[in-house]
Amino acid sequence: MKKDNLIIAKKKFKSRLIVGTGKYKTMSECAKAIKLSGAEIVTVAVRRVNISDKNKPLLMDYIDPKKITYLPNTAGCFNSKEALRTLRLAREIGGWKLVKLEVLGDKENLFPDMIETLNSTEILTKEGFKVMVYCNDDPLMAKRLENVGAAAIMPLAAPIGSGLGIQNKINIQIIRKQTKLPLIIDAGLGQASDATIAMELGCDGVLVNTAIAKAKKPFDMALAFKNAVIAGRQSYNSGRIDKTLMGNPSSPLKGII
Amino acid sequence: MKKIKIKVNGKIRSISEIYKLSDLIKHLKIPMKKVAIELNEEIIDKKKVNKIKLRQNDKIEIVHFIGGG
Repeated sequence: MKKDNLIIAKKKFKSRLIVGTGKYKTMSECAKAIKLSGAEIVTVAVRRVNISDKNKPLLMDYIDPKKITYLPNTAGCFNSKEALRTLRLAREIGGWKLVKLEVLGDKENLFPDMIETLNSTEILTKEGFKVMVYCNDDPLMAKRLENVGAAAIMPLAAPIGSGLGIQNKINIQIIRKQTKLPLIIDAGLGQASDATIAMELGCDGVLVNTAIAKAKKPFDMALAFKNAVIAGRQSYNSGRIDKTLMGNPSSPLKGII
Repeated sequence: MKKIKIKVNGKIRSISEIYKLSDLIKHLKIPMKKVAIELNEEIIDKKKVNKIKLRQNDKIEIVHFIGGG
């Protein structure tokens, strides 16, 4: 079989599953789930160092940034200024240029503020960042993001952490048709089959956090998502049959006794 | 020795006026390779921390990566 890598900003990845590192009970649980998921990219947040408790475990002690690609994320930022500040700091930690931009517009539904997102994408790209952009599932906005230099388009399936799965398959398919950029479903997946659907729609990958971290058995769910993404990609590459309204028997009609 | 007040990650600290940024990092046992530092909302080149003298009311932010989605 031909090699089927995920390529983002000229970097090759074998796994098409990106996982978040938030919401786990412990760092070791998070590290084990990531290992089982087979993910080569993980999203991370930028926050203040706890200077009063120096013995608090550090993410880098559990997940080696030399082996797994850290994708600094601006989760929790509500305007362009905060997002830019966060990612410039992330770059300073150790030269991270591949980043995930997420500028939220509403504290309840956590939908992205696309005007702030678009402006930030343009500025960050000019500063040399490779920006993977969390966005809504609007093909017109996706096109605009592409025009200002986004490295990947990451539309939501449904609100962050909602577990609702892909709500607007048509829009995702339209975005797929119009762009050659990596298209990665970000946010809102609830179970492994949601990831398969995303891959069958032609997405290049999926990003999952809550659905794995908050599953009753996170390790099993990590494995389920790994398999679901592989299955979905294989299915997409295999070329599905046409849909028909009426039945079409699988056994020959000739020679019936 | 005269003391000055600075803010580190939102908390006020009293330090000696001859303190440099590198002294503060050392004192807090911060692993330099794993953090980024801001002084008054400007990112600091980590190679230059031993040249930066701290002043009254300086605001310092020290950040690192944590788990997130």
